Amino acid sequence: MTTEQASDFQNSDRSDDAVGVRAIVAGHGTFAVGVISAVQQITGRGNIFVPVTNSGLCLTDIENCIGAELDRTGARVLFTDLPAGSCTMAVRRMLRTRGDVVLVTGANLPLLLDFAMQDEGHDIDALRASLERGRASIMMHEQVAPNVNGGKS
Amino acid sequence: MPIELYRIDDRLIHGQVVVGWGQPLSLRFIVLVDDEVASSDWEQELYRMGVPPEMNVFFHSVDDAASALAGYNDDSRAGVLLVGDVDSMARLVEASNGNIRRINIGGIHHAPGRTPRLRYVFLSPSEEKTLRDIERSGVEVTARDVPGAEAVPLEDLLSPGSA
Repeated sequence: MTTEQASDFQNSDRSDDAVGVRAIVAGHGTFAVGVISAVQQITGRGNIFVPVTNSGLCLTDIENCIGAELDRTGARVLFTDLPAGSCTMAVRRMLRTRGDVVLVTGANLPLLLDFAMQDEGHDIDALRASLERGRASIMMHEQVAPNVNGGKS
Repeated sequence: MPIELYRIDDRLIHGQVVVGWGQPLSLRFIVLVDDEVASSDWEQELYRMGVPPEMNVFFHSVDDAASALAGYNDDSRAGVLLVGDVDSMARLVEASNGNIRRINIGGIHHAPGRTPRLRYVFLSPSEEKTLRDIERSGVEVTARDVPGAEAVPLEDLLSPGSA
């Protein structure tokens, strides 16, 4: 799927898939579609998220697009990919007038998986619990070089 | 060290600027020139919170930015100057007395009356004329969204069928 096709798919008019949506995922390129497809593959719960891309959109259009999805779905949780990204900036501007919306930036797959598996109806509490899971999932693994001296120094 | 990039980008501070250009150019400050943002503490805080701690953001209206350019160009660090629209850049170029030699079109997105020129550049006839005027004044004008992309000269950008 090209970025343009993803944009058309992600931000197209969808009138019949709002039931059960708990959060919007917004980001660059096909980030949202990709990470939601991963949630779907792992848990079968990808349909609790709605994707939005910023591709080809100015700040005002991003804001309008996300606002329309919030109104359409009733979701009050928003995940974005990059703290300095245009989706984040657009949502942070919206927070002035939408006091009931919660934004999480720097979203990753473990965070979304944990959120998806939390009980519906307690999304803010679920979010708090999921944040630590997302943070803790980022780690570095290094291969320790074998000791060429056979342990003798 | 002079300002490394004079950029027109209607998203102003966002990922392409902070990460895409910021890291390869080792940018340490952003000069954001926008009349609306310059008059709003809230907007300034919004943009300030979008950048990493090692990067400073300075805000100016178009009218007072030109006089501040010399100071920024004397800064030992690398910086970028951002405006959100073509007209603001034209005003800045005119007021800068030849201190701006090249500008970058980084993102002008779809709006009524604009024609697609690149995936990330849509221009109205008025904006096209203004960009041609800027180039005629001796300023190099190219479009490039990220450093790894090829810079598209204005002539190619505005040629028929460029979209």
